[in-house]
Amino acid sequence: MNIVVCIKQVPDTTEIKINPVTGTLIRDGVPSIMNPDDKGGLEMALRLKDKYGANVTVITMGPPQADLILREAFAMGVDRAILLTDRKFAGADTLATSNALAGALRTLDWDIVITGRQAIDGDTAQVGPQIAEHLDVPQVSYVCDLEVEKSGKALRVTKETEEGVQILEAQMPCLLTVLASAVKPRYMSAPGIVEAYNKQVEIWGADHIDVDETKLGLKGSPTKVLKAFTKGLKVPGEVFEVDAEEAVGIIVSRLKEKFII
Amino acid sequence: MINKNDYKNVYVFAEQRGGVIQPVALELIGKARDLAGALGSKVVAMLAGYNVEHLIQPLFEYGADEVVVTDHIELKDYLTEQYAQSIYQIITAMRPDIVLFGATTIGRDLAPRLSARLATGLTADCTKLEISEDKQLMMTRPAFGGNLMATIMCTEHRPQMSTVRPGVMPKRDPEPGRTGSIVRFETKFDHSKIRVKLLEEVREEKNKVDITEAKILVSGGRGVGCKEGFAKLQELAEVLGAEVSASRAMVDAGIMPHDRQVGQTGKTVRPDLYLALGISGAIQHLAGMEESGYIVAVNKDKFAPIFNVSDIGIVGDVNKIVPLLAERLRKEMQK
Repeated sequence: MNIVVCIKQVPDTTEIKINPVTGTLIRDGVPSIMNPDDKGGLEMALRLKDKYGANVTVITMGPPQADLILREAFAMGVDRAILLTDRKFAGADTLATSNALAGALRTLDWDIVITGRQAIDGDTAQVGPQIAEHLDVPQVSYVCDLEVEKSGKALRVTKETEEGVQILEAQMPCLLTVLASAVKPRYMSAPGIVEAYNKQVEIWGADHIDVDETKLGLKGSPTKVLKAFTKGLKVPGEVFEVDAEEAVGIIVSRLKEKFII
Repeated sequence: MINKNDYKNVYVFAEQRGGVIQPVALELIGKARDLAGALGSKVVAMLAGYNVEHLIQPLFEYGADEVVVTDHIELKDYLTEQYAQSIYQIITAMRPDIVLFGATTIGRDLAPRLSARLATGLTADCTKLEISEDKQLMMTRPAFGGNLMATIMCTEHRPQMSTVRPGVMPKRDPEPGRTGSIVRFETKFDHSKIRVKLLEEVREEKNKVDITEAKILVSGGRGVGCKEGFAKLQELAEVLGAEVSASRAMVDAGIMPHDRQVGQTGKTVRPDLYLALGISGAIQHLAGMEESGYIVAVNKDKFAPIFNVSDIGIVGDVNKIVPLLAERLRKEMQK
């Protein structure tokens, strides 16, 4: 079985802070990490490898620095890593990103493609289903568990919904989008870390992949950012440092004033 | 190049589950009315399902001018391909200018699949939708975990599509008896593409509440810390007729279920009153609750960011204040 996992390097958005005076983002010193849902997806692929035997490839689109998360993936146990990097990919929205990744996937052999549900920098959850559509394969999103059916031709997939879970049968080849909360990713192994730096990351540009170039990057992006801004600071209300009795008195009287109670 | 004038009206995917219309669909119809007003066009609801005739009238009452209904046994349960085929065929036949989806597990599965099939843009989790001077859709959404807002446009492709989270747009008051036109649409299913089967559905019905519908939320974080602490919050909530919600830390710790989580990876809430108890106010949490009507925050740390958005803040121990507050409010309510 061949599995390809699409991963993304993202800024750790939980570490981003707003400058309280200027209201702008403080990006300095914010670490870059493997997107958590993608890491969950990678772990799921590695568990399939442990259980059934599989070849696991990771692929990422990004700047040359994204090499780092591919090394991390090597240290976790993947067999092959591909970095899609080219100026022609720059400025891509979700559709253009999905076209680039689908273009790379067309040149690879796979039974399952796994992506994270969403990335913490954009939170769109769009790229996975868009890739599946370009490749004309079925998708299951919000996956928290899966196993291969006895036939070896289909997956039994557990999907999380607002009401609970659904058990679905998906024929392979297919694409799954996975939740970080589904599985706890393994740590990099010590020999794995050493090996990770001896292994070769394959670097692919736009001419390596099977896609119409007009569908890539800024040119291939139907959506454009008109403006980006911080929300502006709300004027904070009063803050009281008083004992519990007095605090309760203040809360109750304010709620009455505002006719909330 | 497409001719944009061929694309008209504001369409809403009227999401239903098991014959129950989802609140987000009605919220979107309300928003679509504003957009259609600015464009001088109609609001059209797309209703897909099986035995869903009874859902048509409420869609009119909440503001749809037209309902396109496709009713078929294949659409009984939501499955990506069946629904994608239906909605794709409706969109290519009717050419909407704008299409809105709820950002639910269904909308976030269907809309990107359609955007790729239609080769058009899609903007996720919009918090604001407006019409520009040249009659295009301006979609504003948070990015970087809620740290940044971006306004996005899709100027050269149609339809312009976006998803909106439940609870973000207010519902309009229904107009009883309001009617409109019904278009019955027959989906032609391509069965060769249907490769996913629903085997089983397990519903978790226990204490299921929708925190986005609550008028008052009593919300706890790390400062509450444990199940016993949340039991105290529950008592306070009962006095106020409120629901209990939580920050991500409490959900990750397994103390509260995920459907009670407020924030970027949980739910966006806009209650009249939000009590933030022992919540420090990570940006991801603030993104989910800062539009609440009135915010009361209690936290031990006087530098906690929650105090930047609260209307009143108390520096103190939630575990002392919560029981006292519950007792005092109980007395007030009896008066």
